[in-house]
Amino acid sequence: MKKYSGFSLFKHSLSHHENWQAAWRSPQPKKEYDVIIVGGGGHGLATAYYLAKVHGITNVAVLEKGYLGGGNTARNTTIVRSNYLWDEASKLYDHSLDLWKDLSQDLNYNVMFSQRGVLNLGHTLQDMRDIERRVNANRLNGIDGVVLNTAEVKEIVPIINDSQDIRYPVLGASWQATAGVARHDAVAWGFARGADSFGVDLIQQCEVVDIVTEEGAVVGVQTTLGFIGAKKVACVTAGNSGVMAAMVGLRLPIESRPLQALVSEPIKPILDTVVMSNAVHAYVSQSDKGDLVIGAGTDSYNGYGQRGSFHVVEHTLSAICELFPMFSRVRMNRAWGGVVDTCPDACPIISKTSIKGLFFNCGWGTGGFKATPGSGHVFAHTLAHDEAHPLAAPFSLDRFNTGHLIDEHGAAGVAH
Amino acid sequence: MHHIYCPYCEEIREEEEYSYTGEAHIERPKDPASISDEVWGNYMFFRSNPRGIHHEMWYHAAGCRRYFNATRDTHSYQIHETYKMGELPTVTAPTKAAPTKAAAQGDAS
Repeated sequence: MKKYSGFSLFKHSLSHHENWQAAWRSPQPKKEYDVIIVGGGGHGLATAYYLAKVHGITNVAVLEKGYLGGGNTARNTTIVRSNYLWDEASKLYDHSLDLWKDLSQDLNYNVMFSQRGVLNLGHTLQDMRDIERRVNANRLNGIDGVVLNTAEVKEIVPIINDSQDIRYPVLGASWQATAGVARHDAVAWGFARGADSFGVDLIQQCEVVDIVTEEGAVVGVQTTLGFIGAKKVACVTAGNSGVMAAMVGLRLPIESRPLQALVSEPIKPILDTVVMSNAVHAYVSQSDKGDLVIGAGTDSYNGYGQRGSFHVVEHTLSAICELFPMFSRVRMNRAWGGVVDTCPDACPIISKTSIKGLFFNCGWGTGGFKATPGSGHVFAHTLAHDEAHPLAAPFSLDRFNTGHLIDEHGAAGVAH
Repeated sequence: MHHIYCPYCEEIREEEEYSYTGEAHIERPKDPASISDEVWGNYMFFRSNPRGIHHEMWYHAAGCRRYFNATRDTHSYQIHETYKMGELPTVTAPTKAAPTKAAAQGDAS
């Protein structure tokens, strides 16, 4: 892998940037791998990268049915934060936030991680009580956070509507200053390039159609490019995890739902932080390009269609217009839906299964992007050692049978 | 936006009148105290979540306020049929066995 640097930029400018090395190879699949990762999104690629880098396991393939980072990695609102309520979740997300801080240097790829802070607004007395509780829990876990009143919110976001006469007035917010946003595509591409440099095979346009088992153990996968053998198969397929599980007759506590988001036309810099509201169900930030990035909620029904119902988007935009009246005439450029894997407790599943050698990393639901490096890091450990990373252990599949759920609906940022 | 036919009101109404209440034909264990945590957890949380034909319950919240079932394709979003509680679907996925009559009736209670 040729290192990206200011000097290489200058050098290649002399040849009109026509001789850059491809960021990764496009190899043909080998007959067998130690580990096959199904799903070439951010989490799958991060898993491959840390498997190779931290654990020295490089005989690995990432199989992607479309193109790298073309699913939910390309369809989210890029918010990175760790202000979750419960110890287990906040430690996992904070581990991820720690990795984000040095990720651009680590990958030699600019993921444009920008710690511009995140506000979670409260609109009712109960909202504010929940925010107090969550911020206190965060601080006990070493995660920065403060509770702000209306005037302090107004100071951070001068364009917010602080009138107390609106239907859901802004009574205050939690503020995590170390939170922020990152460039979603760059995260996938950076991990892909990093994994490839260690010899991981990234195989695109290769759909897994069946998982092959013998005597209760995985032996490989059947794909559109034929059979590929594997000692371990790791499914990191987000919304399609239920479909993968059904191939071996398993069921998961997951339901796939459409989650919609939209971006506006680019406008001049106006919003330099991230504003989220669980209660009125809207979140918004402004990208470096200038477009407002707006997230809506999940649709209530199961769906794999990568599109949702219009009234969900309408509901979000009415909330945005009330919070930011000046946005009412901004035109929307694009809207899209991703298929998210929602879990009953709004927490992920990072787990072995009853089938030997078959692992799942799924259930991230509406908030997986922020966890991309952390998820890959702990899942790689789980795969390498056949035993859960300490941070991943509480997120095993058997919590749905023991009853030890980690209910993060309050901090998940999206009512679902 | 789905347009859904309520089998009780016998009218097609907009999705916003309804609430989605999850997979249909899941029978509550008759004697929860006597079963293992595993069986109970499976009943509570584990779902088939198919890509394709799905039998699911809807609640006509802003209408007759009754539950009914629908057979819907989760990929094309086409609603094949809606039917009353206790009835069996006529459209089923080709590979999956149809729910038993007992299970369907179990839902109606």
